[in-house]
Amino acid sequence: MNGALKVLAHHLRLYRRVWKGSVFVSFVSPVLYLASIGVGLGSLVSRGPAHTVGGISYVAFIAPGLLAATAMTTASSETTFPIMSRVYWMRTYDAMLASPLRVRDLVAGEVLWLTFRLALVSLIFFLVMAAFQTVHSIGAVFAIPVAMLSGLAFGTPVMAWAAKQRTDTPFALLFRFVVTPLFILGGTFFPIDRLPRLVEGIAWLTPLAHGVALTRALTTGNAASMATLGHVVVLAAYAAVGIAAAMVTFRQELAR
Amino acid sequence: MAATPTRSDALIHARGLTKYFGNLVAVDAVDFDVDRGEAFGFLGPNGAGKTSTMRMIGCVSPVSGGTLRVLGMDPAVDGPRIRARLGVVPQADTLDRELRVAENLYTYARYFDISGPLARKRTAELLDFVQLGDRADDEVEPLSGGMKRRLAIARALISEPELLLLDEPTTGLDPQARHMVWDRLYRLKQRGVTIVLTTHYMDEAEQLCDRLVVMDKAKIVASGSPRELIERYATREVLELRFAIDAAPALDGKLEGLADRVEVLPDRVLIYTDDGDAAAAAIHQRGLRPESTLVRRSTLEDVFLHITGRRLIE
Amino acid sequence: MIAVLGMRRRLQQPAAHRAARLVERDATLYRRNWLVIISGFIEPLLYLLGIGFGVGSLVGSVVTQGGHQFRYAVFVAPALMATSAMNGAITETAFNFFHKLKYVKLYDAVLSTPLGVADIALGEITWALFRGTAYALAFIVIMAALGLVASPWAILALPAAMLIGFTFAALGTATATFVRNWQDFDLVLVVLIPLFLFSGTFYPISLYPGWLQLIVQVTPLYHGVDLLRSLTTGSIGPWLLLDVGYLVVLSLAGLVLATARLERLLLK
Repeated sequence: MNGALKVLAHHLRLYRRVWKGSVFVSFVSPVLYLASIGVGLGSLVSRGPAHTVGGISYVAFIAPGLLAATAMTTASSETTFPIMSRVYWMRTYDAMLASPLRVRDLVAGEVLWLTFRLALVSLIFFLVMAAFQTVHSIGAVFAIPVAMLSGLAFGTPVMAWAAKQRTDTPFALLFRFVVTPLFILGGTFFPIDRLPRLVEGIAWLTPLAHGVALTRALTTGNAASMATLGHVVVLAAYAAVGIAAAMVTFRQELAR
Repeated sequence: MAATPTRSDALIHARGLTKYFGNLVAVDAVDFDVDRGEAFGFLGPNGAGKTSTMRMIGCVSPVSGGTLRVLGMDPAVDGPRIRARLGVVPQADTLDRELRVAENLYTYARYFDISGPLARKRTAELLDFVQLGDRADDEVEPLSGGMKRRLAIARALISEPELLLLDEPTTGLDPQARHMVWDRLYRLKQRGVTIVLTTHYMDEAEQLCDRLVVMDKAKIVASGSPRELIERYATREVLELRFAIDAAPALDGKLEGLADRVEVLPDRVLIYTDDGDAAAAAIHQRGLRPESTLVRRSTLEDVFLHITGRRLIE
Repeated sequence: MIAVLGMRRRLQQPAAHRAARLVERDATLYRRNWLVIISGFIEPLLYLLGIGFGVGSLVGSVVTQGGHQFRYAVFVAPALMATSAMNGAITETAFNFFHKLKYVKLYDAVLSTPLGVADIALGEITWALFRGTAYALAFIVIMAALGLVASPWAILALPAAMLIGFTFAALGTATATFVRNWQDFDLVLVVLIPLFLFSGTFYPISLYPGWLQLIVQVTPLYHGVDLLRSLTTGSIGPWLLLDVGYLVVLSLAGLVLATARLERLLLK
């Protein structure tokens, strides 16, 4: 664990130089989306045939979805290019491994760093959500750790895959063909059951759909059910498999 | 320096050519002419103004003052028409790293409005000329420094230019690559291509150039063929002496009358004379015991040292 | 405008056949990377399906200018088409062009050929335009296939989208000449994302208070959205000339600015 903390400390040191811009973006982005799509589009929804989405206002509907989705996009940007860069371009890991650190520490350290970033982003997002009056129950605060878990569930498998890449073209394809479709179709902007059956089925295979469902359940006070447990298990399973896979691929790429 | 007579039929004609960057004078009123078919060199240390001069000739850097005519035309007016007849190999190889090796040549040919089939034909020929034929479909990035430079030379030739400009063509290359580049340039010279190059390597200047100018601190300080320069500014031979560190001060007064000129450098003493062996014997007679002696022919390095008091490579 | 600059500094005039060579070069590269081009089209398409239809089912219909009612998908589709043209152009100019300018240093070599700075600017903008137009064409075909086109005026949507693409290509190229490093691009995103979200894309700007409406009407994407939406829904009126005029003026300004900046950067 000690070694992992050293890796985390390294990332935190680097972050000190850029944290202001990063926090600013983490704050501004939810404000923009909630104001435009949440409130603006939401006012059209309230004039529409159903007036609400399952009994809650549109902005209260999309806010938790955006929280989970933001965790996913944050995880994607942290675990794609930066990981490849440290493995292959800047050879940061090679330098770290020349010290008493082992590959195990690297992976654990990266997971800790990802967790930290997700915590920061999710906390800020949650505060903005509260400001937009979309939080309706005490239990809603658990949406923060759930969003973090959701981000880990997506980020750790990607991390394992990123360690093996040599150019950034696969990452651009990941963003275009996986992240963006999930962002739009994963239940964030409209109920996932409006998708065609086959597409909905595929969506439920991904961590995001579970993350969205779970965060929404928490912020709207509907979390006491078996479904909640199911979502947690899926997310935890993804995260666990991802970490294990990362151990394997990191070892393959770095132990020479 | 005597005023150079005006030769308006010269391929490149410069009088009082000047270049400013803000307050910095990079090229200070230089005069030179380059004739068709010759290999002309700008020799000087880094920062002398060679690259700035080349960029003005290449019509990519506006002239600040004076007159410059390339192929009889004014770069400020006929830039595109001049560039259409030039081939340029810049100091930093500016290859298109997103395209493959052969694509670099083909695309460049198209910039010169060369038709597709002809461009393909010349691409194949030039890749053979620089011996990169088997790398035609490779990415540019993994090529060695020497290969990239050869590719840059091939690219400069794709339009069959009358005038080839090369800025430090062998800087950064290993000896084998340097010789291959020199060999290719020699063949081009034999085909009648006019070559203008800049360099801070004296061996390159001596090997390749018919005539050269020596530049230092934005001015031209000497001009002529390599042999003329050596005859004018240096003796035929040089005796190099290396002394033990504490023996150096003991030289004062002992070297008088030995030779035409003596240069005391930090690591050795250079004695310029017409007969190096005789001077070496005289050194011995005077009781001096150098750690090593070497008799060699004078080079352009010695010319530069004489004119400026400094070495070409600091 | 370029002629005026030309007289003042003897700047080399652009020539179509020379600029075309640069377009050729870009096409050579993308012949191999076609997947990247295709993928750039996916995002607006997904927004169309997801927000247009998915959220559309929650919204019902929307009243636009002229008092007509349209299904939400019909309302949002042309806005996404405008965004798609904007994205295609900006990606190619602000990002790719910057990459070529600063890191690949492509243009140093190009300037040793008969091509001049104005040719480079024109060539790269034209290429970006091709790319934006390809997206716009695919988009309008899909819109028609999904029954989201409500008027024969929609035929003009393609040239209109090309104009939008040209405007953003010129602006993007000019931006790339000011950007110093990749961190500066965060600022570009800070501008693009609000443009995307607030230009009347997802809901009419009549929802805004008056002062905010005025602000939005000064921004470029709004005019593109308004133009395309009016054409595909058949709400024709004199304000369309204002939209077109605005985009034309902005493109020329961008073009002039880009050329002047490039000259300063590349010809030293």
